[in-house]
Amino acid sequence: MTVAPAPWTDPASVPLIRFDGVSKRFGDVVAVDRVDLAIHKGEFFSLLGASGCGKTTLLRMLAGFEAPSDGRILIDGADVTAVPPYERPVNMMFQSYALFPHMTVAGNIAFGLKQDGLARPVIAAKVKAVLDLVQMGKFADRKPHQLSGGQRQRVALARCLAKEPKVLLLDEPLGALDKKLRQQTQLELVNIQDRVGVTFVMVTHDQEEAMTMSSRIGVMNAGRIQQVGTPVEIYEYPQSRYVADFIGAANMFEGTVSSASSAGVVVACPELAHDLTTAHADPLAGGHPVTVMVRPEKMSIGRDAPADGFNWARGTVADIAYLGDVSIYHVRLDSGRKVEALQANLRHTERHKLTWDDPVFLSWHPADALVLTR
Amino acid sequence: MTGRLGRFLVGLPPYLWLALFFLAPFAIVLKISLSQPDAGIPPYLPLWDAAAEAGRQWRGTFDNYARLAEDGLYLAAYLNSIRIAGIATLACLLIGYPAAYAIARAPTAWRNSLLLLVALPFWTSFLIRVYAWIGILKTEGLLNALLLWLGVIAEPLQILQTDLAVIIGMTYSYLPFMVLPLYATLEKMDLSLLEAAADLGCRPFKAFLAVTLPLSMPGIIAGSLLVFIPAVGEFVIPDLLGGTDTLMIGKILWSEFFDNRDWPVASAVAVAMLVLLVAPIMIVQNARAGAEDKAGGKGRR
Repeated sequence: MTVAPAPWTDPASVPLIRFDGVSKRFGDVVAVDRVDLAIHKGEFFSLLGASGCGKTTLLRMLAGFEAPSDGRILIDGADVTAVPPYERPVNMMFQSYALFPHMTVAGNIAFGLKQDGLARPVIAAKVKAVLDLVQMGKFADRKPHQLSGGQRQRVALARCLAKEPKVLLLDEPLGALDKKLRQQTQLELVNIQDRVGVTFVMVTHDQEEAMTMSSRIGVMNAGRIQQVGTPVEIYEYPQSRYVADFIGAANMFEGTVSSASSAGVVVACPELAHDLTTAHADPLAGGHPVTVMVRPEKMSIGRDAPADGFNWARGTVADIAYLGDVSIYHVRLDSGRKVEALQANLRHTERHKLTWDDPVFLSWHPADALVLTR
Repeated sequence: MTGRLGRFLVGLPPYLWLALFFLAPFAIVLKISLSQPDAGIPPYLPLWDAAAEAGRQWRGTFDNYARLAEDGLYLAAYLNSIRIAGIATLACLLIGYPAAYAIARAPTAWRNSLLLLVALPFWTSFLIRVYAWIGILKTEGLLNALLLWLGVIAEPLQILQTDLAVIIGMTYSYLPFMVLPLYATLEKMDLSLLEAAADLGCRPFKAFLAVTLPLSMPGIIAGSLLVFIPAVGEFVIPDLLGGTDTLMIGKILWSEFFDNRDWPVASAVAVAMLVLLVAPIMIVQNARAGAEDKAGGKGRR
């Protein structure tokens, strides 16, 4: 989306937010485990992970609601580890929105501005500006309980934006909205972020949401950051089995390295009883246990054996999930395990040739096979 | 059809209860308050003179109410009752709010035990507990002994038989009625609101004033009414702890009824208290509900 080079690829760029070996323990439970993370100005950064992975705790430490057990947090070069939330240049949009029920929409938004000791006319002008930004100008005098979920979400966002924070934190911002409204709001949030230029850090468990909205994603598991990257990097080049499996669907083949050259790594796969060729550039020692991962949409399915140079596997069609635009074929391999292949339904009848129990070949290009060592 | 009948039947007992044990006695009291005093048993004349020649004759009178208005003693007693009950209510609020707040924010496992402690005094008779305060407050009592020993005072203080003793007794007796409703509102408050306030740059004490206090208003009002209303009409506490000059309407009522055997005036005192106290409170409550309607509209959730 952005034309300028991404700041995280520029070694001279100083990150806006830095987590420096940050851990958080609640009694015996380690919620966040030695996290190092750099987030740059203007990013829309998502912390993605299953519930209980520590992403919300990490966000709350950034907001100042939890103190790290170890490590430091820096915002704009300043160590904020011991700074209370009311003195941090960050604002958080709560999952429950946390709108003050006894104040009007305008009162809620003015609340944060009053704390800064701004003059009344200035506050009124700012309240109006942010309400217009989120298209809630007509609702200034309503109380929160008179608004719909989507409207409350906008007010909560406006209340944060009014403070013009250096960083805006979003805790599952769309979790309480229904699916249709969520998709619409996703793009709206990105547009607003584009316009105001504030750095957003979002926590979500919804990978689609993270993929749609983020400049970069940090995938978390068991208190640790598994991988940080752009949505494309995370999806196309996962660095671990966990990330490959968590983002999208993945077909995995266990094996050992039989040979490695500049052309790629060849993996002996006992399950398929033949070698798989990959374009993996990292020369691995022979005998190294690895996993070969292929995304379902990178797999071709057909009755005929593939051309030379392609990897293949043989099986029978166990299930077909017809989704209209695409069909997902669940193919039972000779080993008994099922893998998925996804095909676009480009022509009206062509794909109908395949049906249950048909013997089929799955094939994929070596460049689409990823070698995972973790 | 059965649903409506069921709802009617379920709603019936409280109405029956109120009719039987509040409305009927109140009607009797109202009747007596309109009667003329008499030296017989009962000590008042019936409203209708059945013995009159030209059928039954109305013998009701407003003299008893007129006496309340004429004799300054009654008005003074009303005002003093309101003053003492008001101070006691304020004291209950000042002590009860921090207590309720502390319980509501205590670890979940402790809360029920702490609430039990608040209600624990109820296990002993109210009368005995008020008597115990005599032992604490009297000139050679525990409080004076403690203050003398600490060197705070040189001479024992006269606390018993003053308004202060009555206020102390009321505050002690009615404190649980303040703590419980306050706890109920504070406990259900969404704590992320305080985090939001802090996040928006608000220091903790200011957040308390701007968020916690207004949101606990229903509890403050409920608790204050639960303390204030019974405290105004209180008889036992001023009788045991107050002095002979502690003028409270409950004591007046007692002495009119038992010492003077003037049932009609005693009844008029009771009716007037109800009207003077309940009417303003109902007006305030109505105004509040009206204001809420205007601000919030109806159909919450």
